[in-house]
Amino acid sequence: MNQLISLSGIRRTYQMGGETLHALDGIDLSIQQNDYVAVIGSSGSGKSTLMNIIGCLDTPSEGHYRLADEDVSEMTGQQLAAVRNRRIGFIFQSFNLLPRVDALHNVMQPLVYQRVSYRQRKARAQELLERVGLSGRMGHQPNELSGGQRQRVAIARALVTAPSILLADEPTGNLDSSTTADILNLFDELHREGQTIIMVTHEPDIARRCHRQVRLKDGQIIEDSRSAMTTGKEEH
Amino acid sequence: MAILWEALRSALRAIAVSKMRSFLTSLGIIIGVASIIAVVSLVQGLEESITSQFEGYGSNSLFIQQRRDNYGRLIGDLTDDDLLKLKGIDGISAISPQTFVFEYSGVQYEGEQHSADVVGVMPDYAEMDSSYPELGRFITTTDADSRKKVAVIGPKVRDELGMPENPIGEFIQYGPHWLKVIGVLESKGQMMGQDLDNYVYIPYPTAVGIMGYQQQPFVIFVVRVEDVNRIDSITERVEQTLRRNHGLKPGDDNDFMIQSADQVLQSIGQITQVITWVFGGIVGISLLVGGIGIMNIMLVSVTERTREVGICKALGATRADILLQFLLEAVIISLIGGIVGLGLGFAIGAGVAGMIPNFPPSEVPAWAVFLALGFSSGVGIVFGILPAAKAARLDPIDALRYE
Ligand SMILES: Nc1ncnc2c1ncn2[C@@H]1O[C@H](COP(=O)(O)OP(=O)(O)O)[C@@H](O)[C@H]1O
Ligand SMILES: [Mg+2]
Repeated sequence: MNQLISLSGIRRTYQMGGETLHALDGIDLSIQQNDYVAVIGSSGSGKSTLMNIIGCLDTPSEGHYRLADEDVSEMTGQQLAAVRNRRIGFIFQSFNLLPRVDALHNVMQPLVYQRVSYRQRKARAQELLERVGLSGRMGHQPNELSGGQRQRVAIARALVTAPSILLADEPTGNLDSSTTADILNLFDELHREGQTIIMVTHEPDIARRCHRQVRLKDGQIIEDSRSAMTTGKEEH
Repeated sequence: MAILWEALRSALRAIAVSKMRSFLTSLGIIIGVASIIAVVSLVQGLEESITSQFEGYGSNSLFIQQRRDNYGRLIGDLTDDDLLKLKGIDGISAISPQTFVFEYSGVQYEGEQHSADVVGVMPDYAEMDSSYPELGRFITTTDADSRKKVAVIGPKVRDELGMPENPIGEFIQYGPHWLKVIGVLESKGQMMGQDLDNYVYIPYPTAVGIMGYQQQPFVIFVVRVEDVNRIDSITERVEQTLRRNHGLKPGDDNDFMIQSADQVLQSIGQITQVITWVFGGIVGISLLVGGIGIMNIMLVSVTERTREVGICKALGATRADILLQFLLEAVIISLIGGIVGLGLGFAIGAGVAGMIPNFPPSEVPAWAVFLALGFSSGVGIVFGILPAAKAARLDPIDALRYE
């Protein structure tokens, strides 16, 4: 399998008053194409910080990050924006949809930064909203949608640029159990179609659905295991 | 280009979402632009009409007037003898005094009363003022020499008094004086709101006679020179002649003023320019205040939309994308303000000009339109850049975490 992400010696420190806080303290991690990874660990262990660095929203204080054979640690702000736009699809716990903008235009937005024409943007966004089962809700504003529907809009938006990785930081944290099941089924489906997914979660059940579990504690990886039964898509 | 269009779209959306706030934000610009357009349109209209009135005389005209002291009182006198001496100057082709008679208000005909300006002039005046009779004749030397009580009237005077179409030989009454109508002028229409057809011309000596005991009537000598290239040397000759005639010693100030038509036009132009600049300054300040208002609101708006900026950055927006969006928003708000202000100022100018009787119609020159729109978009750029840069600089993580 192709190596997609390679992190080596990643540290992220914050200066808090006089003290130095290590949110990430020497992370070495490789992720292959079509990996389906759960990042687990107690609150404050550095999961979000790791996701943000992988998603190029944050930059490490130390260490190297290669993404699809490009050295991300050396990139300028503009290059990072391009990587976020083309390679990363980020899904947040709090959905982070643009307010006052309907579902369709939310999904179209990433393509604006690729200078894609309006017509093409619209066609592509419609396709993805159909894919997540929201063809009837395209003209709805975020505050007219349920939590599960909002997260599906966010997923459609994350996928609209056909990113190399889908990053999801506690995507079901704000959802009830049945909606959670819907979203996770969607993730399973996407993985089966070849999508690389990294997901932060608290719940052991959810973590077990993924094919690999990375456990963090105090900014370090203390466990990296694969679920034997469910490795690879040929299982289905 | 597409990104510009997209930024425009989202800027318009942001403005549409908070219409009231956008309107209040651009109020400073609206007021600033409206006042500049109103003032400029009035001043321009005024200048237009004054200028065109003097242009009628041509650049080969000179105007000689009594000087006034600091209190506005007339110094010196322009006499018949002055007129005679000036006539003798080589190069002067025509000369006529011009004096407005204010002894009585209005003229009458068979019980009809009408207020018209009664002006004393000499025969040369007809040509200089392009006042040609349509019926009858203009004032002649004989009329002047024998102080005949005759009048050449504008067509409006005839119509207002209800005189017959051809009123030659009829008498109109000015106070106790009966004036025989000897001519009706061709219609000249309106200028500077003044009706050019509403004059009653009488021989200058007749006018002096009517004014009688009045010590110093205000009189202007209108002079036409043969060759416009010699206007400077003739002006000098006129000055010397009048000084000698008035018995002024070397070192004494002139007790009269000589101005060419060009000078008059120039000084009118200067006055209107000063007015324009003074108001321009005031308006500049109000636009500045308007701009600061825009900056203030934009800064608030950036803070409110911090999370939105974070989302856009997470989706791949570059600094330039964010900068452009907020900058365009500021420019559109102030440009809309500019356009609304333009319409409002135009309406105010036209309304004021219409309300004041005899005021010339307002006029908005193209440069003022471009200036107003250019200025308001400039204000948008200048005062929008700081908030836009603030938004563009936001760190994606911090912005996403912002509550
Ligand atoms: N901006 C920040 N400033 C200071 N400390 C931070 C900041 N972001 C995260 N941290 C700290 O880094 C550690 C890891 O945080 P985070 O990655 O959000 O944890 P998790 O997502 O696993 O709950 C925590 O101790 C947190 O307090
Ligand atoms: Mg977290």
